[in-house]
Amino acid sequence: MAKIKIASEITGAVWKITTQVGQSIAAGEPLMILESMKMEIPVVSEDGGTVREILVKEGDAVQEGQIVAIVEG
Amino acid sequence: MLRSILIANRGAVAARIIRACRSLGIRPVAVYSEADAGAPYLAEADTAVAIGPAPAQASYLNQDAVIGAARQAGVEGIHPGYGFLSENAAFAQRVIDAGLVFVGPSPRWIEAMGHKTRARELVAQHGLQSSPGSAILAAEPSAITEAARAIGFPVLVKPAGGGGGIGMIAVEREDQLLAAVERARSMATRGFANGDLYLEKRLDRPRHIEFQVVADRDGHVRHLFERDCSVQRRNQKVIEEAPASGIARTEIEARGERIVEVLSRLGYDNIGTVEMLMDARGDFSFLEMNTRLQVEHGVTEEVTGLDLVAIQIRLARGEPLAHVLPEPVRISGHAMQARVYAEDPKRFLPSPGTLRTFRPPAGVRVETGYAEGGQVTPFYDPLLAKVIVHAPDRRQALARLDRALAGFAIEGVKTNIPALRAVLASPEFVSGEIDTGLLGRIVGA
Repeated sequence: MAKIKIASEITGAVWKITTQVGQSIAAGEPLMILESMKMEIPVVSEDGGTVREILVKEGDAVQEGQIVAIVEG
Repeated sequence: MLRSILIANRGAVAARIIRACRSLGIRPVAVYSEADAGAPYLAEADTAVAIGPAPAQASYLNQDAVIGAARQAGVEGIHPGYGFLSENAAFAQRVIDAGLVFVGPSPRWIEAMGHKTRARELVAQHGLQSSPGSAILAAEPSAITEAARAIGFPVLVKPAGGGGGIGMIAVEREDQLLAAVERARSMATRGFANGDLYLEKRLDRPRHIEFQVVADRDGHVRHLFERDCSVQRRNQKVIEEAPASGIARTEIEARGERIVEVLSRLGYDNIGTVEMLMDARGDFSFLEMNTRLQVEHGVTEEVTGLDLVAIQIRLARGEPLAHVLPEPVRISGHAMQARVYAEDPKRFLPSPGTLRTFRPPAGVRVETGYAEGGQVTPFYDPLLAKVIVHAPDRRQALARLDRALAGFAIEGVKTNIPALRAVLASPEFVSGEIDTGLLGRIVGA
């Protein structure tokens, strides 16, 4: 089982976390929704798997490239 | 009298309104959030008042803070700019109730046009047709599906309480409908504090053609021609021009006159924009009306030689239309604007950062709220600058705009300049075969 690090594509803030640790997700399913410059940007895992860690909480500021979650695929 | 105005906005439009105030001998007062402290235009105002923390809800959308700042600075009016509180009828009413001049139309107009299905009904009663659409969607999935079937796919899901392309989702097939409605409802509730949605027929490759109108308080209305704003990403404009290419002037004149007739019958006041879609057959349908200054007002200013912001302020202080507009107004040459955004040029994802280098091209009109060394924060929209050119014809305007875009030196954030230049270089844009899907096709988004 490979651990996949999910990085934020943008600098912004975490608006809503839509998944929980332990939850299984499909490929392309959003883990959380970020916001920046009046836009909502979903963070998705390209592969399906199980959410192992969520490294941010709602309202946190995130930087481009920052790891926000870990999915085990 | 209107001797001083507070500008309830930020960035390029705040800078623009400060300039218009100066030209009229009006004292401009700026406001700023914590994120905008030190912005270059603040120094151009007489006073700048801090109105709160960076998030817009706490500052530029905070009505108490804005009206409090107006009281503190002792101004006689408030200019809302565009975005933020500019189309908030309750705010406009509060400004008036505070004994101040609201630089915009009467609140009843903001109210009437702000609710998109009611606006469609209102203008339809006066003979301006919209594309086929639904009433406000009920909550039951079966009713939503039925409404979409009655229109026929593809449809657009749109928030009734707001515009600007936010929360608008295209739906190709029935199985995508309910998920799209749910997403749009979440965005609409968040963005406009109103989860009402409706459906509209999605036209095939439409052009976005809008008409600038100006009106006084005595029912006099005139139009200042059209703007073609078809080059868009995420249903938001990025390149605008006037005149619209390839449409007979008699057709434009007839449309403009029709709009003037309807708005004067209804008694519209101050400036506004009637947005229309033109389908492949050349038929126009009403899209929405924006009861405020438009981001692309500079395009109309360049072809008419008028100062629309000064005109707007003079109309708000009660001057008659005949005083503020020459007779006749003519279009001279061709104007084109590009919006330079802090975003990547491929997927248009936001790119905040520090402007290590920020040098706009010289010898061309650039409207910006930024200077070198400034911070582009994630809190507001990604507009860095508008660049507006004017030339004797479209071909020369296009060449001039491309040169201007090539002349920007920006480091520290990604920008959409490569995408803008790709549009300007495309055979479709050059030949005037423009529709709202052009930019998406060019960048492959």
